[in-house]
Amino acid sequence: MREAFVDATTALLAEMPRTALVLADISAASFAPAAERHPDRVLNVGIREQLMVGVAGGLALTGLRPVVHSYAPFLVERAYEQIKLDLDHQGAGAVLVSVGASYDRAAAGRTHLSPADVALIDTLHGWTVHVPGHADEVPALLRAAVDGDGPAYVRLSTQANARPRGGDGALDVVRDAGPGAPLLVAVGPTLDAALAAVAGLPVTVAYTHRPRPFDIAGLRALAGAEVILVEPYLAGTSARVVGDALADRPHRLLALGVGREELRRYGSAEDHTRWHGLDAAGLRRSVGALLASPRG
Amino acid sequence: MIERVRAGREFGANVYSTVDVLWVLYDRVLRITPETADDPDRDRFLLSKGHAVAGYYAVLAAKGFVPVEWLDDQGGPDSRLGDHPDRLLVPGVEIGSGSLGHGLGLGVGTALGLRAQGLLTPRVYVLLGDAELDEGSNHEAIAYAGAVGLANLTAVVIDNGSATHGWPGGGAAARFAVNGWTAATVDGRDHDALHAALTGQDGNRPHAVVAVVRDGERA
Repeated sequence: MREAFVDATTALLAEMPRTALVLADISAASFAPAAERHPDRVLNVGIREQLMVGVAGGLALTGLRPVVHSYAPFLVERAYEQIKLDLDHQGAGAVLVSVGASYDRAAAGRTHLSPADVALIDTLHGWTVHVPGHADEVPALLRAAVDGDGPAYVRLSTQANARPRGGDGALDVVRDAGPGAPLLVAVGPTLDAALAAVAGLPVTVAYTHRPRPFDIAGLRALAGAEVILVEPYLAGTSARVVGDALADRPHRLLALGVGREELRRYGSAEDHTRWHGLDAAGLRRSVGALLASPRG
Repeated sequence: MIERVRAGREFGANVYSTVDVLWVLYDRVLRITPETADDPDRDRFLLSKGHAVAGYYAVLAAKGFVPVEWLDDQGGPDSRLGDHPDRLLVPGVEIGSGSLGHGLGLGVGTALGLRAQGLLTPRVYVLLGDAELDEGSNHEAIAYAGAVGLANLTAVVIDNGSATHGWPGGGAAARFAVNGWTAATVDGRDHDALHAALTGQDGNRPHAVVAVVRDGERA
């Protein structure tokens, strides 16, 4: 996905004169050709993440459309107050693009993990959040985000589904178990494991790569009495949204995702997926337990 | 004007130490008027030390950016003038501020954005306090702006001796100079000296003006 992002952003910088890119050394080498062509609009501030976001705010105040890129914990967590004040409070939009979350570089340890990134962005108002499930989904998402004016967060990962899915972010039914069936919503790269998990079970599966704004209308149209969220970041990040959307209906919600506990284990991303119960076997255990438990 | 904002309240050194610089900027330096407040080619003034707001509002009112009547209800439930300024509520205000350490980064981005669009005339002035320079975000901005020779950026530091551990070894100006800025230290009450310093850019490097105000009393 990172390569798709680099290629798409390089093209957008050439096509749209109002596009700017702000880096803090991460991926700077990949953007060297773009920097050579657009030295005034490709800005690498060095390892200075607070400044990176502040610069983006200033660029936006002059009418440019900044794309801001770094590793997820450095982009979203380190400079959170800059995101809140230098962008939101100024009424200045930018497109933040991260790589690495939630645990792409598991062997690097806690400093490079960022499962809370979407939850943190979700403390703000009016952001669009894109979580592509495949590299081929990236160019269109990115183009739409850069072509707009509002704030957007694009979360890139090495985790991916086997094939891309299109869509404008509305819930896309991948597997239809009929009216009233439990609804599983898989976000981004969790889809393949979710589909494998519910094989043989009467569960409808819908996919989205745009959890914010969440497709409320689609959810209300598809949801029966059980809703299962599978998200590749902090468990429960979208529970608030689903709960509000279905507040007028009796329903049960199972919110699956990355746990809050710091595991203090290295290993691979696949190991962490398993430890957080987000592999097919783990998801099947969780979904099976929900379906087996009696409705109150 | 400032008495009207004050309305019987006690103002600290942060207000009185700033108002001379603000007046010289708006009266003699900045190319901004209420009519050109949205002109892309205007100079930008970014108040980073957002608590120095009373003098700021008074100057904006005196120069016609906001109605003088607004000064009577600062911080009231229906007021557009808070104890920190909000750019979306107050005409002429370039940034919302209050939390220290945000203005200079925004100023660097603004200066870069103007340059990228071929707007080579406007200057970007950012007003900070000497204690605000303690914030690490400012060090990021000072180092980077110096390294890339951001000539359309000017930092104005009101030095009223507020920094907890001070700025020994040449004062605040030395911290800018060592990072490749031009820097001048002047008496923050002396309007002619301020004017000379605030217009003393060399055209190649970012410029810092340290306005020393050692007492908080009114001039």
